[in-house]
Amino acid sequence: MALLTVDGLVTGYGEMEVLRGLSLSVEPGQVVSIIGPNGAGKSTAMKAVFGLLRPWQGSIRFDGQEIGGMSPDRIVRLGMCYVPQTENVFPSLTVEENLEMGAFVLTGSLAARKERVFDLFPRLAERRRQRAGKMSGGERQMVAMGRALMLDPRLLLLDEPSAGLAPLLVDLIFEKVREINAAGVAVLMVEQNARKSLELADHGYVLVGGRNAIDGPGRDLLVDPEVGRLYLGG
Amino acid sequence: MAQRVPLHPERRRPGERLRRALGSRPALLLLMTLVLAALWLLADAQGVTAQRLLSLAVRGVLLGGILALGAIGLTLIFGVLRLPNFAHGDLMTWGAYLALFGLAWVPAGRPLAPFSFGPELLALLVVIVPLVGLTGYTLDRLVFRRLRARRVPPVILAMAALGGAFLLRSLVYLGWGADFRAFYTGRPRPAIELFAGIRVRPDQLFILGLALLLIFLVYLLLERSKMGKAMRATADNADLARISGIDTEGVVRWTWLIGGGLAGAGGVMYALDTQLRPEMGWWLMLPLFASVILGTIGNAYGALVGALIIGLVWQMSTAFLNPAYGPGVAFAVLIVVLLFRPQGIFGTPGARS
Repeated sequence: MALLTVDGLVTGYGEMEVLRGLSLSVEPGQVVSIIGPNGAGKSTAMKAVFGLLRPWQGSIRFDGQEIGGMSPDRIVRLGMCYVPQTENVFPSLTVEENLEMGAFVLTGSLAARKERVFDLFPRLAERRRQRAGKMSGGERQMVAMGRALMLDPRLLLLDEPSAGLAPLLVDLIFEKVREINAAGVAVLMVEQNARKSLELADHGYVLVGGRNAIDGPGRDLLVDPEVGRLYLGG
Repeated sequence: MAQRVPLHPERRRPGERLRRALGSRPALLLLMTLVLAALWLLADAQGVTAQRLLSLAVRGVLLGGILALGAIGLTLIFGVLRLPNFAHGDLMTWGAYLALFGLAWVPAGRPLAPFSFGPELLALLVVIVPLVGLTGYTLDRLVFRRLRARRVPPVILAMAALGGAFLLRSLVYLGWGADFRAFYTGRPRPAIELFAGIRVRPDQLFILGLALLLIFLVYLLLERSKMGKAMRATADNADLARISGIDTEGVVRWTWLIGGGLAGAGGVMYALDTQLRPEMGWWLMLPLFASVILGTIGNAYGALVGALIIGLVWQMSTAFLNPAYGPGVAFAVLIVVLLFRPQGIFGTPGARS
C-alpha cells in the first residue's frame, strides 16, 4: 500500500485556483521528485499535503488515513515532517534548540535523536550552540532538515532543498537526501534542479498548470525527449 | 534569503554612510550614554548636587526594574502573538487594585521591619500574579483570539487592545473610584542611608530585589524549559513553530500567564513605591513601549536593558524638569531610536518584526 496517495487534488489561495487535479503517490522508502516550470504549483502541492491549505476537492491519504484539511501539528504526529523552502529555521535559537523544537511533541530525553542528526550532519555538531540565524545558507538547510528528522518521520517533505546554494553545497544536500532515504525515510521533494533530483528519484512527476502532465521512474524521465526539451535544458 | 549587496559599496553617498554609522549598535549605545551624560551636565549646571543625582540614578534603576516587569511581558506578547498590547499598563493597574482589594479582606499582620508591609502582601502577591495572567488570557480568549482567527490587520488588534485598556480602567473606576489610594495609609516609610548619603526606603530595595528575582526566573524559563524555548521559537517564526508540531495554543496560554503575571507583580510594586490611582498603568504605556522598542521588539533581554535606560533617563530628567514630564522624556528617547535605529539595540537591520 502506498504511504501517501494524492488523488484529484484541487486547491489554491483565496479565489485563485493553483492545483487543478493533482494525483501522485509515494511508496514506503521511495524518493519522489516533483519538477516543473515556475508557477506550476509545486510548492502549493507541498503545502496542501502538509495541511497548510485546505483541499477544495480530491483526497490526500497518508498511511491509509484521510488527512485532507487536518492541521499540521496532527499530521506531524502521524509521521510526516516538512521543510519549507525559506525561513525554515528559528534564527534566535541555537542549532540544538532548533532540533529540540522539531521533537516538541515528544516527552523524555532527546539526546539520542540529536546525536543521530549530528552523525548525519557533523558540521552541526561543531556548531550546536551557535544561533541558527548567524549561519550560512547551506548550514541553515542542514538545521532545517535535521529539525524535520528529529521525529523519525516515515515521510519527509522537502521544498527546494538546494535553492540558492552554491554548487558544492547542492551536491552535499542531495547526498544527504540519499543518506536519509537509505535509512528508510521516504522523501517527497520539489526541486528546481530537475536533473539532479530525477537522478535521485525512484519516481518523478512533471507538474504543469496545476496537474501532473508526465510521470514515470526518475531515470526514464531523464531520457524522455519531451521532459529533456522542456525542463532539463535540451 | 540572499542579502542585497550594493554593487559599488565604495560609491555610497556620504549622507547614506553617515546614516548607516548613526544606525549602528555602538552608535545607539553611545547616544544613550551621551543622553545620560547630558542630563547629568544639565542638572549639574543648575546646581543640583552630585549626591542628589546619584540618588536619582538609584531611583532610575529602581523604576527601570518596575518597567522591566511590564516591558518583558509586553515584548513577549508582541513577539508570540504580534499583538501590540495597549492594555498592558492597565493590567499593571489591575494587579495593584487587586492587591488593594485583598488587603481590605485579609487581616493585616505586623510590618516586616524594616519594610512597611506585612506578610499578607507577599501572600497576596502569590495569588495576584497568576490572577492578572489569567485576566490577560481571558481577554485573549474573548477578543484577540477571535480577531487573529479572522486575520485582521494589525491596527484592528491594536484598537482592540486599547479597548481592553479602557475596559480594565473603567472597572477600576467603578470598583474603587478616582481617588488616590495607598496600601497602608498612615504608616511611616522612613528612608535609610544606603551609601555616600544616598537615601532609599527599604521597600524600594525589596522592589528591586523582587524584580531581579522575577526577571531571573523568566530567564531560566526561556532558556531552560521546553515551553520557554517554544515561546522563543514561536516569536521567531509562528508558522514554522506550527509545522514543527509545537503546541501553539499552549504557547499562547503561557505567554499570557507569564506576561500578564509579570505585569501584575510590576503593578503591585509600582503601587507600593508610589500610590494607587486608576491611571497609574495607563501613563506607563509610553515608557513601556519605549523600553520594548529600544531593546528590539520581541527580545525579552532587550526589554530589560531598554527599561533600565528609560528608567534612568526618566528619573535623571526630574533633576531639572517637572516629574510629570517623565513619560514625555521617554517618548523623546523613543522618537530618537525610531529615527536612527528602528530595530532597536539587539535587532538586525531590515529584520522582519
